Amino acid sequence: MTVKTPIYLDYSATTPVDPRVAEKMIPYITEFFGNPASRSHSFGWTAEKAVENAREEVAKLVNADPREIVWTSGATESNNLAIKGAAHFYSGKGKHIITVMTEHKAVIDPVRELEREGFEATFLQPEPNGLVDIEKFKAAIRPDTVLASVMFVNNEIGVIQDIEAIGNICREHGIIFHVDAAQATGKVAIDLEKLPVDLMSFSAHKTYGPKGIGALYVRRKPRVRLEAQMHGGGHERGLRSGTLATHQIVGMGEAFRIAREEMELENARIRRLRDRLLAGLQEIDEVYVNGDLKQRVPHNLNISFNFVEGESLIMAVKDIAVSSGSACTSASLEPSYVLRALGRSDELAHSSIRFSIGRFTTEEDVDYTVALMKSKIGKLRELSPLWEMHQEGIDLSKVEWAAH
Amino acid sequence: MSSTYFDHNATTALDSRVLESMLPFMTAQHGNPTSRHSFGRHARSAIERAREQVADAVNAHPSQVIFTSGGTEANNLAVTGIAGRYGASQIVVSDIEHPCISRPAQALQQRGWKLAVLPVDRHGVVQESGVEELLRTETSLLSVMLANNETGVLQKVAGIAAIARKHGVTVHTDAVQALGKMRVDFAELNVHAMTLSSHKINGPQGAGALILDKRIDIEPVIHGGGQEKGLRSGTENVAAIVGFGAACELLNARLLQEPGRIRQMREHLETGLKKLGAVIFGAEVERLPNTSFFAFNEIEGETLVMALDRKGFAVASGSACSSDSSEPSAVLLAMGVEADLAKGAIRTSLGAGNSAEQIDSFLAVLAGEIARLRHLTAVAV
Repeated sequence: MTVKTPIYLDYSATTPVDPRVAEKMIPYITEFFGNPASRSHSFGWTAEKAVENAREEVAKLVNADPREIVWTSGATESNNLAIKGAAHFYSGKGKHIITVMTEHKAVIDPVRELEREGFEATFLQPEPNGLVDIEKFKAAIRPDTVLASVMFVNNEIGVIQDIEAIGNICREHGIIFHVDAAQATGKVAIDLEKLPVDLMSFSAHKTYGPKGIGALYVRRKPRVRLEAQMHGGGHERGLRSGTLATHQIVGMGEAFRIAREEMELENARIRRLRDRLLAGLQEIDEVYVNGDLKQRVPHNLNISFNFVEGESLIMAVKDIAVSSGSACTSASLEPSYVLRALGRSDELAHSSIRFSIGRFTTEEDVDYTVALMKSKIGKLRELSPLWEMHQEGIDLSKVEWAAH
Repeated sequence: MSSTYFDHNATTALDSRVLESMLPFMTAQHGNPTSRHSFGRHARSAIERAREQVADAVNAHPSQVIFTSGGTEANNLAVTGIAGRYGASQIVVSDIEHPCISRPAQALQQRGWKLAVLPVDRHGVVQESGVEELLRTETSLLSVMLANNETGVLQKVAGIAAIARKHGVTVHTDAVQALGKMRVDFAELNVHAMTLSSHKINGPQGAGALILDKRIDIEPVIHGGGQEKGLRSGTENVAAIVGFGAACELLNARLLQEPGRIRQMREHLETGLKKLGAVIFGAEVERLPNTSFFAFNEIEGETLVMALDRKGFAVASGSACSSDSSEPSAVLLAMGVEADLAKGAIRTSLGAGNSAEQIDSFLAVLAGEIARLRHLTAVAV
């Protein structure tokens, strides 16, 4: 078996740019370099045309009108624009926001910022499987609720929320509904003609496009209004000023076109790989899958390895590039707040690994990973007194540890 | 179709060496800089190298560089982030700032901040004389651009900054148009914050920076994963940042030769323009070496620009960012130029790829078009 290490199994953090995407981008940084806002010459027009073609491709993947797509620098900016922009615009109607404890920081932090400005927020705790209980969502609604934000696919555990059901409730109550779909494009079918969603954030670099580009879907009918967060030349109909990075937009368009055309086949292939990975890892004792296994994208497998210390686990598996918690929080040693929201203990949260599979993952990669995990977990447990106690049948939750 | 590009203040072509530095990060080196595995660490160190390159180009410290998605975002961060942090107070900006300074300032004004505008004289130079008086009111931020995007006129930023510092006022300068066309020295300018953009210096679109004195309190505009020390969240645009760094590294060598060559071409151009009867704005004061902003009496700028494009020359009518509207240039109006003449304004901005031959053929074509348009106007009347 020949595999090149380290094996990249961190597609939820970022994906490689698909070679077809890169190829499409390059002419737009070399030959057709115009500023799409230049209306006075063909350099500008060529760039503008490319930007509009890409807008159509992005719209097509999610069955939206191209005029509903606003370019941003990425999903973080999209989330900021959607949440702060809508909350500010509709603040006259009320100042209460509903979101979920397991959202990405790019949703949680803007909501926290709004709290500092005088808004109130409810952070719903998901069920232990990571899914939002619709009844609990309903119960959180207040007369002054103006905005709800629920992610489509969770970045750490891959669970898919019931966006349609939550959206319908929002519609009934006149609540603006935002969905962070950064992890969903190319993984789940999205039809914005049917889905009752007002605002949806997209990222290119999670779907084999370049970093530094994203989009926000802003519904036209019924029309959703936003307060711009970035002011200037009035690009993107005043919703987002700043020179558009043409080559990156072209890249996002191509990435989303490929996603639309290949999603079905690719997901089937990835599901087979995921099942193979899961079956292999489940041969190890005391492993726990985090998050619902059914209502989940096949790309993600988040597993806690009991009786293994988190940091040494990461050190031991250097041959695979995986994430312990989300990439955006991996700089800190805090256990994942997502896993804690599911009720996982700190120990299990610490010893969790997110394997995320993608377009370029092979069966050999998976087999190598399974073999590596088996051997490393075995070795780490040999060194663990806790594992020894567990083997001896001692219930560790009943042990009273001496303070030191 | 235009083939000669005279619109370098709008955007520039990517330098092939810059492209080369970027390519690995557009393909194989794809890690997320926040990831702790080797893919991530590689991306992180590339960003830190770019941070050094950007800092070096403007005599700043790498720790003072905050990467953003571009100049517009950096200017928004400066205005909203610094003035916003202070609470309602006065913001002072010049009358000729780019909309990405004036519009966020106006947005704060709607939320209770006081907005004061520094006027310019008829040459387009921001007047220092009024600064002292304005700063008697408690001021959170003063922002004056280093070089104007339309006229190219240079502003006395260091002088204004000295006055502001006396009053303990934070000073920001938008150096987007100046970078690459003249020496830009953060320490010498004596400002607290400065905006840079990559795509104006033959780097890629999608990257910019705010250079910030770390003693200044600032609030982020984009909240999220805590990147850029919490001041700018969002996965870094690694390839564009790497390209921005590479473009900055090329600047020092370029500044030794290019401004002289470009200044000569511009002189040649402007001699010809004057012969054709053009009014050149800001011509009597210090300007960027590449920019000419001019108008012909009784000739509509938009019409002329389109005619020039058909003949193969890409020029601008006003700044690219405002080219959506047919309003006369706000910069020219601030300088006291008559609206009718201002409507005819055309900007040429020269750059790396241009040659003296292109100037010659441009002048020849321009002479022909002006004669044609004058004739048409005469017939119409």
